Amino acid sequence: MAYFIQQLINGLTLGAIYGLIAIGYTMVYGIIGMINFAHGEIYMIGAFVALIAVLAFTSAGIASIPLLLIVVIVAAMVVAGLYGWAIERLIYRPLRGAPRLAPLISAIGLSIFLQQYVQLTQGGRVKTLPPLMPGGFTLMRGDDGFAVGISNFQIVVFVLTVVLMAGLTLIINRTELGRAQRAAASDPVMAALCGIDVDRTISVTFVIGAALAAVAGVMVVLYYGVIDFFIGFLAGLKAFTAAVLGGVGSLPGALLGGLVLGLVESFWSAYADAAYKDVAAYAILVLVLIFRPSGLLGRPEIEKV
Amino acid sequence: MLELEGVSAAYGAVRALDRVDLKVEAGEIVTLVGANGAGKTTLLMTICGRPRAISGSVRLRGQDITRLPTHRIAALGVAHAPEGRRIFARMSVRENLQLGARLAPAANLKTNLDSVLALFPRLGERIDQRGGTLSGGEQQMLAIGRALMAEPELLLLDEPSLGLAPLIVRQIFAAIARINRERGTAILLVEQNAHHALRLAHRGYVLATGRVVMEGPAAELAANADIQTAYLGKLSA
Repeated sequence: MAYFIQQLINGLTLGAIYGLIAIGYTMVYGIIGMINFAHGEIYMIGAFVALIAVLAFTSAGIASIPLLLIVVIVAAMVVAGLYGWAIERLIYRPLRGAPRLAPLISAIGLSIFLQQYVQLTQGGRVKTLPPLMPGGFTLMRGDDGFAVGISNFQIVVFVLTVVLMAGLTLIINRTELGRAQRAAASDPVMAALCGIDVDRTISVTFVIGAALAAVAGVMVVLYYGVIDFFIGFLAGLKAFTAAVLGGVGSLPGALLGGLVLGLVESFWSAYADAAYKDVAAYAILVLVLIFRPSGLLGRPEIEKV
Repeated sequence: MLELEGVSAAYGAVRALDRVDLKVEAGEIVTLVGANGAGKTTLLMTICGRPRAISGSVRLRGQDITRLPTHRIAALGVAHAPEGRRIFARMSVRENLQLGARLAPAANLKTNLDSVLALFPRLGERIDQRGGTLSGGEQQMLAIGRALMAEPELLLLDEPSLGLAPLIVRQIFAAIARINRERGTAILLVEQNAHHALRLAHRGYVLATGRVVMEGPAAELAANADIQTAYLGKLSA
């Protein structure tokens, strides 16, 4: 039982990270109907910005962990947001109205470009970071003496994810910007007739998605302490799986899909074979696409008459 | 107020408008009648920049708006209740109206909302309902209400009577007359129901295969025998 609870905590941590990346996929898909396969690379860039920021910060001799956390997160969000903005502006906007395959292929090309660009500028070797926030709490002890723990950083991951999700939900549902995003997603022409600058709204959507992916990148570099230029590929695919599982286009779906996926991987590693955890994750993708293509919380695609 | 000069528009290779000249003066109701496929809807959308005119010019209060993006044209005071109503189906009636209100000063939101709800009390009863659950007539009221929330100087209305019961059509037309009378909003009204439209409008244009084939005071057009047989159907009443 204790072991089970530990896996639950670990799985939810991983799932929160997947969920934050998945939101970017789902928001962008919602508004322009394309899967931005370069999104995983934005997450990777966020992780690298975090790494650099942490190193710069600690070499400057500043020791306050909360301050460091805030600075690193903001730096990663800003830089990744700029990347997200530039990608939409330079790559996807000129292709709007082109056949669907064109932006898709461009996204894959862009993803390779960004990987190689980071490899060239940052080197190909794995980067490591010693844990910044050691320590945690022992929640309970099993009969066999197994201690269930939650690390301080896991708590940070949960709190941050909840705060970001609540903030995002508020923005989407209650603000002028959110209304504009939903309007542009459901009928861009009518949105423009209402005076909404649809291109600008799409830009903002890319920036928000990229900033959230960057937070996931920060979490990964601080939680696992190991990154390289290739982490965006796998994480991007996983988060895409999470978005499909939850229902592409649905924000709560993205988080739910992420959490389910994180739990599956965590439990699979614990009770089956850790080497096959990716197989388990992608098997879910295949099953969802066969049996429930609209996802757990997605709306079935209705052909407009 | 609005002036089109030699405006042509096309969808791909298919020409939909052919050198159209048209004017709407301030405070005027102008109607555009014609058969299905004559280019009426295209004309309204071309004023809004979708599709953009391939030749000719569209001017609003003397300013050339031919090449402006759609949202900028809307910001200059042109509101459109388009073909098919295009209600945001998953948003509430209130949110649809709020979206319309983006271009008006925020301080006027309350008074504008009250005046739209006074014009269409049915919308008040449905204010928190999703737009997609409204009846056809209610959706048309919402489309017009959403356009009014922007405090437009020029209102474009595309077939507001389409598919509605006669009683509702009368309500909608009464509302259009009231909007023009009380607010002085200029209105360009596209209708297939030409009898109704010509009775309401000050002037009219008859469009056929993308060209203006006739224009003049609405009463004259309504009385014209050629139009009656060609575009209004045979008048039996």
